[in-house]
Amino acid sequence: MQGVVQQIVSGLATGGVYASLALALVLIYRSMEALNFAQGEMAMFSTFIAWELISVVHLNYYAAFAITIAVSIAGGFLIERVVIRPVEKAPPLTVVLVTLGLFFVVNGLAGLIWSYVIKPFPGPPGFPQAPISVGGVTVGLQDLFLIVMTVVLLGILYAFFQFTKLGLAMRAAALYPETSRLLGVRTSQMLGLGWGLAAGVGAVSGMLIAPIEFLDPNMMQPVLLYAFAAAVLGGVENPVGAVVGGFLVGVLLALIGTYVPGARDLRLAFGLVIIVAVLIVRPGGLLGRAHLARV
Amino acid sequence: MALLELTDVEAAYGSVKALHGVSLPVEEGSIVALLGANGAGKTTTLRAISGTVRKTGGNVLFDDRVINLRSPEDVARMGIAHVPEGRGTLAQLTVWENLKMGAYVRRDGAGVKRDFDRMVGYFPWLGRRRDQVAVTLSGGEQQMLAIARALMLRPRVMLLDEPSLGLAPLVVRDIYRIIETINREEKTTILLVEQNARTALGVAHRAYVIEVGRIAVEGSASDLANQESIRKSYLGY
Repeated sequence: MQGVVQQIVSGLATGGVYASLALALVLIYRSMEALNFAQGEMAMFSTFIAWELISVVHLNYYAAFAITIAVSIAGGFLIERVVIRPVEKAPPLTVVLVTLGLFFVVNGLAGLIWSYVIKPFPGPPGFPQAPISVGGVTVGLQDLFLIVMTVVLLGILYAFFQFTKLGLAMRAAALYPETSRLLGVRTSQMLGLGWGLAAGVGAVSGMLIAPIEFLDPNMMQPVLLYAFAAAVLGGVENPVGAVVGGFLVGVLLALIGTYVPGARDLRLAFGLVIIVAVLIVRPGGLLGRAHLARV
Repeated sequence: MALLELTDVEAAYGSVKALHGVSLPVEEGSIVALLGANGAGKTTTLRAISGTVRKTGGNVLFDDRVINLRSPEDVARMGIAHVPEGRGTLAQLTVWENLKMGAYVRRDGAGVKRDFDRMVGYFPWLGRRRDQVAVTLSGGEQQMLAIARALMLRPRVMLLDEPSLGLAPLVVRDIYRIIETINREEKTTILLVEQNARTALGVAHRAYVIEVGRIAVEGSASDLANQESIRKSYLGY
């Protein structure tokens, strides 16, 4: 029993990473109805920037964390303005194809700058490596950090969209672009900001997974698949759904990996199975409405 | 000099021409009604002003400036509030969020706050139901919300597209009373598109009848309403 609980906790921790990347996917999906295939690679690139700040510039971990998020937001905005803007009004499939191209560009660029040799990435300092025992269950503090960060991230985004004027305008622009323009909202810029936010959220997922998976240009590819699964499972337009989906996928994978013999090697396939199963059984996801026409 | 003036405006949807040279001055402080049958080009005329349809010729002047090439968001920022066909309700947002979006381009926080109160003065239910999601409002309420949202911009000109569409006669009367009040108290210039000619002529100062993309008849609202031949051949009552 304790073993199961332990697996659930560690599943929640990696699930938090899937959740934050899924959150990034949802942010863009809501405004363009297109999944950003480059989301994982952008997160990976952000993580390399953090690595550069920590290991080369020797900045404090948390300062590097904050700066990376800020740089990523600016970078995401810039990418939208330069690469996506020309296809903003094109059908979602066109946008998806452009993000696929972006995937390879960002991946290649990271390989060019930082090489494909894996690098260690530090976890958050101030957390002892030794796990603590909660009611007989040993829990890694780093795992707790992951889970808490994910929930905090969701909380910050919720507050931003619910309580700020800019957040409100971004929601309006995503849902009702034509009326929003008549009210003076520069909807095109709002798309750019959405990409910026998504890149910032994605950066968090990259920096959280890097201590576990090591840092290399291909590290986010499985994470992206699980994030797709999480987003689809939760309802691809629903941020809360993305986080719930992320945690669920994390726990499911942890349990399957431990208790189904030989399943560890088939983890990626399970991600796909989840996506297909959800699309067949409940296309709207757990918390979404069912009109998932274009994925 | 008119505050808003269209001269020989042509507009098209793709290759289909919808306006064949519309000329229409809107004097500051007035209510102007643009009447006509379905598909005559009423909505397109408003869209030509707010920049949501491609203009292929002519000029739109606002406050002595040519605004032909402005984007819809820039036209709004200049002080032209367009309440579109179907009211443009931000359906999944709350009543209050709809109003806030109306004031999106304004930077005078205190003034916006005062205007919230003013809107609640016009429509007391707005305050009581501020947290209600707009999609749950009735058609008449959505129309009032759309007008209030447009006023939050503190516009110099308000473009109203068929405010009576789909509403019960009593609700239409209420809405038109509000339109008159706004024009009188706020000095807001109003260009009104309407199929319901009799109601529109009741409040308008001047009226234009559009037929297949051209202005066919123009005159003071009372003249048009009193000329039986015009009423019968163009306005259908």
